[in-house]
Amino acid sequence: MQTLQVLVALAIAPLFAAWLQMLRALLQNRRPAGLLQGYRDLRRLFHKEAFLPEDSSWLFRFSPYVLFGTKVMASTLVPILAVDLPLAPAADVIALVGLLAVARIFQVLAAMDTGTPFASLGAHREMLVSALAEPALLSAFFIASLLAGSTSLSTIVLHAQEGLLSLHPSMVFAAAAFFLVLLVENSRIPVDNPATHLELTMIHEAMLLEYSGRHLALLEWGAQLKLLIYVTIGIALFFPWGIADEFAPTAILLASLALLIKLFVAAPILALVETLLAKKRLFRVPEFATTAFLFGVIGLLTHFMLGS
Amino acid sequence: MNEEALWENGSAPFRVIAGPLPIHQRDVLAKDWQTLAQTLRRRGARLLGIWGEERSDRQYRIHALFLTADSCYWCNLALAQGVEGFPSLAEIFPTAVRQERAIADLLGLRPQGNADQRPWLRHAAWPSTFLPLRANPVPLTELSTQGDTDYAFQGLPGDDLHEIPVGPVHAGTIEPGHFRFTCLGEQILRLEERLGYTHKGIERLLQGQDPFAALVLLGRVSGDSTVAYAWAYAMALESIAGVHLPERAQALRGLLLERERLANHLGDLGALGNDAGLAFALTQLLAIKEEMLRENERIFGHRYLMDLICPGGLTMDLGADTCQQLRASGLRWQQRLQDLELLLQEHAGLRDRLVGTGTIAPDRAVDWGMGGLAGRASGQAWDLRVQFAPAPYDRFPMEISLASSGDVASRWAVRFAEVFASLRWQEKLLQELPTGACKMPLPLPSVGEGLGIVEGWRGEIFVALRLEADRIARCHPHDPSWSLWPVLEEAVLQDIVADFPLINKSFNLSYSGHDL
Repeated sequence: MQTLQVLVALAIAPLFAAWLQMLRALLQNRRPAGLLQGYRDLRRLFHKEAFLPEDSSWLFRFSPYVLFGTKVMASTLVPILAVDLPLAPAADVIALVGLLAVARIFQVLAAMDTGTPFASLGAHREMLVSALAEPALLSAFFIASLLAGSTSLSTIVLHAQEGLLSLHPSMVFAAAAFFLVLLVENSRIPVDNPATHLELTMIHEAMLLEYSGRHLALLEWGAQLKLLIYVTIGIALFFPWGIADEFAPTAILLASLALLIKLFVAAPILALVETLLAKKRLFRVPEFATTAFLFGVIGLLTHFMLGS
Repeated sequence: MNEEALWENGSAPFRVIAGPLPIHQRDVLAKDWQTLAQTLRRRGARLLGIWGEERSDRQYRIHALFLTADSCYWCNLALAQGVEGFPSLAEIFPTAVRQERAIADLLGLRPQGNADQRPWLRHAAWPSTFLPLRANPVPLTELSTQGDTDYAFQGLPGDDLHEIPVGPVHAGTIEPGHFRFTCLGEQILRLEERLGYTHKGIERLLQGQDPFAALVLLGRVSGDSTVAYAWAYAMALESIAGVHLPERAQALRGLLLERERLANHLGDLGALGNDAGLAFALTQLLAIKEEMLRENERIFGHRYLMDLICPGGLTMDLGADTCQQLRASGLRWQQRLQDLELLLQEHAGLRDRLVGTGTIAPDRAVDWGMGGLAGRASGQAWDLRVQFAPAPYDRFPMEISLASSGDVASRWAVRFAEVFASLRWQEKLLQELPTGACKMPLPLPSVGEGLGIVEGWRGEIFVALRLEADRIARCHPHDPSWSLWPVLEEAVLQDIVADFPLINKSFNLSYSGHDL
């Protein structure tokens, strides 16, 4: 069951990214590349030779695997299809944030390892942005944890499924904070532009500039997986209906169907945001992340003031 | 202008060169060169370009073209035989610095008093002993594909500062240029450009060519300004021949020039939106640009209007029905663009990126002698089409588009205003297109000197030409980018590294037209 969930996550991550791309293209009057483009890109990259920068160390080669590994690991913790998975006891929100932080640290170190100015520029910016995004993410999680009385994702989701969470005003703030963090952490517009070719404006892409072949494929796949994880966490926390609470085949089937429908609906929201907004000035991005944190804090205050 | 005043130190009087714009030419002695430049500067002149030639065996000339509110002044400095240095104008006109360095690279003439003596167009490809524009250059034994390794960038000292080298190979399909940033964190403290990577040897190639055949090459100096270059060159030929073109030919050339401006402005506006992360602006504006290019292809036979201008007129004519088609599509685009302008003007995220970014205040624009689109965005009212109203702008007047804050938003606004102005102008022109021939024979004398100047979409593009024995002895095409690239170095100074692409795009200067 656990394995099934990871495999499903791995399989649909490129599909979700391609669906998002497709919607963006359609919104911009362009002809989309099709739903299979994500898979085609990955296959192409896996078939290409991987080049290493001259002065890079083992860290550079090692990092793509660490990054991919941590994200696969993270996908085991999130109740994507079902709660009470074998690893559920470990599925602590703080552990999840920590896992993503490990990935980030390796990514930043690997970027600085190349010694190229763009990669270190990207690394500096990544730290600038994430230093503010991480507390915002935690505060959003804490709001849900306070309500459910546990930091375990499974418990939170079960709690939410029983409908106890849905009417709490603090969750509205948590949802707002989480959505902003989702945009920041997945380098979407208005924070970063995943489609740009301008080295000087990049954040996330700048750190990947020196990667090629299978390394790049793993990093891209990892990034797609990260987006999927964030979206599914959002679904699990705020729209958990349909997630299987037992391992019966029908429940799993229903859960998969519900997930697909939710992902299908989530992408247009993201695509719309990315089409309507321009990219922010770099120094306004911290303000953006701070706004997310502020929502989190207001959510916590609301929780304490209104009582649970 | 009072010619007596320029005349203080005594040399020859001004000659008038025939053509649609007033151009005055005179010879100057080396000792008067700087004084004359100072006098012109005091009278509000801008330096449009400075270039050199070898007139006869080891007898060199430096040319400079100045523009004042009422005339062009083409000044020639004839150096004594064997003299390989000339007084620099760098102290008087800051944009002369790089042009004089280029003269040193191509002709081996040293600008005396120019603080910067580093090579400019010459990279490691050929040795300093090889001087391509000399009449008989030392034969070149080998060309190198090596890059420069010892170019002395003038960074800033300081432990907290770091340098970011960008280019010449970029992540997108853009022309090659190197940008060296010295930064404190994200803040840009200094930017130094290094250009010349696309040096093609066009000026050398032009020497000895048949003047009629050379038009094809002139139309390829910079692909985005092919009409402007071809027109300027044709104008130079026509001024040597001393002919007046039929009205219809002038009008159609104007139509081509404005359509070139439209296509480039639309593309740049879209690209500016895209650089700000707003792909919506790019796709909408590029769609209109593409419609226009396809219409160009259908009606004129070339998307970018290449090879339509010929000496003495044009190689094509418009029928009455095609005029109707052009008018109909022009009106359609005007409507769509009005909607788009309003929409983008009120897009808070886009405005936040554009306003106050990459500012050149009007007083600095005066110091730099800025002209063209970027100058008009900094409140400098220079526009050949309006100032001198050469045909066809005499019969169909063009309005000037100005903005005053000199930031990216101003350059955006001037572009949009010029798009509408050009569309309105096209409509007026097509309503009452002059009748008659659109080509006339051009009896070209075998010897002569002429100059053609046109307001291209970036600014004033000129071509200086000298014929000798039915061949081109020297032809110098000049792009306004020469004078604007140095300004870009200053425009980025109050901004951060991440905003550079946006500022650079708002100028959108030519590499190809600069790296001849």
